[in-house]
Amino acid sequence: MSAFPLTRLIDRSATLFLVLLGAFAIAIPVLNLLVPAGSALHVSTYLVALLGKYICYAILALSIDLIWGYAGILSLGHGAFFALGGYAMGMYLMRQIGTRGVYANPILPDFMVFLNWHELPFYWYGFNWFAYAALMVVLAPGLLAFVFGWFAFRSRVTGVYLSIITQAMTFALMLGFFRNNFGFGGNNGLTDFKDILGFNVQAETTRNALLVISCLALAICFLICRAIVTSKYGKVLVAIRDAESRTRFLGYRVESYKLFVFTLSACMAGVAGALYVPQVGIINPSEFAPGNSIEAVIWVAVGGRGTLIGAVLGAFVVNYAKTYFTSGILAPYWLFMLGGLFVAVTLLLPRGIIGTYEQWRERRFEKKHAAVSAAAPHAAE
Amino acid sequence: MRSFYDRVIAFVFGIGLLFVAATIVHAGAYEDALVGFTTDSFGDTADAIDALAASGDPRTGPLLEALKDQRLLYSAEAKKVFIKDKSDKLTDAITGETVPSPPSDVDNVRLNNRVRGMLDAALGSLTLMAKEPDRRFDAAQSVFKSRDPTALPNIDKALEKETEPRVKKALAEARAAIVLNSADTTPEDKIAAIAVIRDRSDQDALGLLDGLPTNLPPDVRKAVAGASAKVQNTLAIWNAVQNAWYGLSLGSVLLLAAIGLAITFGVMGVINMAHGEMVMLGAYTTFVVQEVIRQKYPGLFDLSLAIAIPLAFIVSGAVGILIERTVIRFLYGRPLETLLATWGLSLILQQAVRASFGPTNKEVGNPSWMSGAFDLGGITITYNRLWIICFTLAVFVALLGMLRFTRLGLEMRAVTQNRAMAAAMGIRTARIDALTFGLGSGIAGIAGVALSQIDNVSPNLGQSYIIDSFMVVVFGGVGNLWGTLVGAFTLGIANKFLEPYAGAVLGKIAILVLIILFIQKRPRGMFALKGRAVEA
Repeated sequence: MSAFPLTRLIDRSATLFLVLLGAFAIAIPVLNLLVPAGSALHVSTYLVALLGKYICYAILALSIDLIWGYAGILSLGHGAFFALGGYAMGMYLMRQIGTRGVYANPILPDFMVFLNWHELPFYWYGFNWFAYAALMVVLAPGLLAFVFGWFAFRSRVTGVYLSIITQAMTFALMLGFFRNNFGFGGNNGLTDFKDILGFNVQAETTRNALLVISCLALAICFLICRAIVTSKYGKVLVAIRDAESRTRFLGYRVESYKLFVFTLSACMAGVAGALYVPQVGIINPSEFAPGNSIEAVIWVAVGGRGTLIGAVLGAFVVNYAKTYFTSGILAPYWLFMLGGLFVAVTLLLPRGIIGTYEQWRERRFEKKHAAVSAAAPHAAE
Repeated sequence: MRSFYDRVIAFVFGIGLLFVAATIVHAGAYEDALVGFTTDSFGDTADAIDALAASGDPRTGPLLEALKDQRLLYSAEAKKVFIKDKSDKLTDAITGETVPSPPSDVDNVRLNNRVRGMLDAALGSLTLMAKEPDRRFDAAQSVFKSRDPTALPNIDKALEKETEPRVKKALAEARAAIVLNSADTTPEDKIAAIAVIRDRSDQDALGLLDGLPTNLPPDVRKAVAGASAKVQNTLAIWNAVQNAWYGLSLGSVLLLAAIGLAITFGVMGVINMAHGEMVMLGAYTTFVVQEVIRQKYPGLFDLSLAIAIPLAFIVSGAVGILIERTVIRFLYGRPLETLLATWGLSLILQQAVRASFGPTNKEVGNPSWMSGAFDLGGITITYNRLWIICFTLAVFVALLGMLRFTRLGLEMRAVTQNRAMAAAMGIRTARIDALTFGLGSGIAGIAGVALSQIDNVSPNLGQSYIIDSFMVVVFGGVGNLWGTLVGAFTLGIANKFLEPYAGAVLGKIAILVLIILFIQKRPRGMFALKGRAVEA
């Protein structure tokens, strides 16, 4: 145990990150709400929603980095947890529509009336209370991850096998949610939301509030991740990543370590999905598409796996590039670029942006201190 | 002289009169019947149809066809009936002459369901005597469905003349159907008819037996119950056979898609997420080959697949080797990175195809020897599925033989089993890696040729197979081609047997869940490699 647990938890780069995030969370709403629309500094409401979306993606990337970067679990199905959290929030928002729907049914959402259903399915009970929905946002993905992980880790499914079955899991969920009789709106998903906790989801103030809440959630998730990776528990995770059998032979219960971090990561992804849905206004089964989950993995790879901050950075950089390229004349080339990014990052930049930067700084540091011949301890990859 | 002329004229006139009279007498039934269409009453129309069917006049067929297609018009004032042809031209139903200016009050002869049923039955018994066996067969089938008692005499007549066994059987079944549904046949006749229906043993037979009135004599009812149970039994068996056939067919498709993957993933340990795109490239090669043939050598169309197979192998194989040389060889030993990089490659390949061929489905035709179907007992077998099963097995055997008996195969196995030792023995491992990857990709291309025959050729073709292919390889056991074979057919058949109970989508989900659970139990698949190779 270090004498200064807080400085270990929040080192220099973490402090910088949290300060920047705080400044961002304050600056954007101020620039949107207080600066007049004509001003050069004004941030449009569209941009607020977009940035809010990026923050949610960043939380998802963070959750992937926690398991991939530190425990070596490459999940290609994290989009499923994200979407489950989103659906839980979407169900709450659907119930809030009440009689303002097209069919004005006080209990049933429009799509159920349309499908000639007469009763609310039991799994929709309780979603009219925000607290229950918020609980489900964490519980539903967490439970799925727990059951899935319990089976997978106990029978020592590792590496690419795990990746492939997580991909199969999200694929199966996608097929299921596409069905109308599953009771989640079929391929239209859940949309047309009105209120969240009594506030209009379309309103500027609500959007800014959601952005701030998302930033807060990101900060909390970041701190949780930091707390884990800097603890003794985190060291064991890294040991599992680098030499699973050896860690097991040393007497650690590898599957319990993995299961806990996998479940926690799924809960974080669920929170990200829940914050994502009111900001984009829709959740549909295409969020389960295996491609989405793999794309989220590449954000982490671009930023640098095993660095936490890198995951956030990667999510912002890649998604900004996506928004930029898919909205212009370059749209047909975006998939070429995304594909190229996958190849380039794995071949040329295996440590990602942050990892490469840290490596460069370390080398410089080593050179400086070569005379003293005090080689700095290498940070774990 | 004059009297002679007079006589001749009188004779000619008399003969002519005779002819006219004969015509009038002969045409009487037909013409009389037509009057029934001009009164705008369903009852009269029905009587007219009956009278026409009994008249035996050759004009009856086209007239009834016209009535069925709502092309029969009448004029109540002129008491005339007209047939409208496809180009809206009216002809008189009696003389067959074109009517340039029809009366002002022409209107369609209206039908209701009862009349329509009678009409179908009348048309059915008319064609019972047709020259072509196929038409007679269809007519017998339609009588079987309509069970129109008035067709009974026609059926009996047709049965006497019929020589074709297939048509004869259909006629006998039609007769049995009428007998069973008619109130005034003896129980003995009915029991004999039940036996005929029982031997038909299909869904229609079951429908007929279950739809019989309940007020039958007890022994007839017993015979019906027995026959119904027997038909159900036979149907259940055929249903199982049908499912097994569909399963084999699906399994062969899965095997074809997965077999290349079994080489790249199973033998080399490379996760190639772009494998589906190799399949897609093969399918597009087929499309290009067919386009060229259509434009330049239309006569060679039936050979298009034979030309496409080697080309697809070369195209996909070359792309595979290119990928291996430029990307994958830097990533050996880092499977997760390989996975990401090849996923990126799959995006690039998809987008490249989308950019050059467009995002829509491409039309790939079946050669004549692959289209059509034949009946085998109670199931229908399409030629394209049959060919694909044969083709898949041929590819599988060829691949096994190649790995077992050729120098390249030997070197591939050597490199797989112990890379360092193989290199020490003088095998150029880098070259073997590239060739192995090219082989796996080339086989995926061949799979694309076959899949182009049964699936939509679009840039997303590969995506729909990639997860299934991985499931097959993982389920069967990595590094074992036999495992892939068993895995593919097990999954295919299991899928098709689950589908009737769970529906297509839920069946697929169930299979995925079962595989996930299976991997828990046997993380290395059904046929796991043992020994050192496991750790490699």
